Amino acid sequence: MAPTVGVVVFPGTNCEHDVVAGIERLGGSARLVFHAESSLDGLDAVILPGGFAHGDYLRPGAIARFSPIMAAVSDFARSGGAVVGICNGFQVLCEAQLLPGALQKNRGLTFLCERARLRVCSTRSVLTSRASVGDELEVPINHFLGSYTCDLDTLRMLNDEERVLLRYLDNPNGSIDDIAGISNAEGNVVGLMPHPERAVTELLGSSDGVVLLASLLDAASLAVSR
Amino acid sequence: MRYVARVEVRLRPGIADPEGATIERALPALGFDGIAAVSAGRAFRVELDADSKGAAESTAAALADRLLANPVIEESIIEVVEA
Repeated sequence: MAPTVGVVVFPGTNCEHDVVAGIERLGGSARLVFHAESSLDGLDAVILPGGFAHGDYLRPGAIARFSPIMAAVSDFARSGGAVVGICNGFQVLCEAQLLPGALQKNRGLTFLCERARLRVCSTRSVLTSRASVGDELEVPINHFLGSYTCDLDTLRMLNDEERVLLRYLDNPNGSIDDIAGISNAEGNVVGLMPHPERAVTELLGSSDGVVLLASLLDAASLAVSR
Repeated sequence: MRYVARVEVRLRPGIADPEGATIERALPALGFDGIAAVSAGRAFRVELDADSKGAAESTAAALADRLLANPVIEESIIEVVEA
């Protein structure tokens, strides 16, 4: 049976259909989950897609983390389920303290919508397990608050524990240590600013996101067989 | 008793502040000299009922910490006056 990925929709989320299309293209099945729901039963992985959850009022993710579904997302993550936050979803996971650090305004104070070249720095996560360290991927970014920041102790921990999954080759936004994506200690919760769902076929300019989403489907398949 | 809390949220020292830096660079062009250490933040005004000024301050501090500021990168300064 194909694994089923839940795609969480907050008011203002706008990348959910791209994520669903990407997952289905790779043979998975996907189901939209509205933020007011409180259960993730029957789902094998969860993606928090990009957009402007709750209008990004106050700060991106600041209101979203109080949405009813987030208690279920936290439980799902703590029980080892695969959770991936893309762009705004990364911001939500940081605000919800499922990932360390924060995203702040880009260094150049401009909204960035461009292709970003990334290097895979760790494969110890549900999003990078199929890749190899050193792989270079081209995946689009589309954000204003994408500059990852954390204190130096956290940065050291992320590096020591191989939790920096992806780095920018040409840091576009001022992220500390060129960080584009990180994971929690167990590798089952991942956040990244680039959009792998927008790089699933050469028709879109790149298919380099496939290895990332296929990794997630591997993790989701393991959940099915458990 | 009704109080007014003013919560100023600003970036912690050491966190990059590109907005503040940009404003600082713009000011000399307008003829303002001797400007330094510009930082950008946000201010919130909240009215609240409390038994004492101290109680209003601790409520304001709690809501600043739980919602208005992201403690990872921001800190808050609170001023409370009687409404």
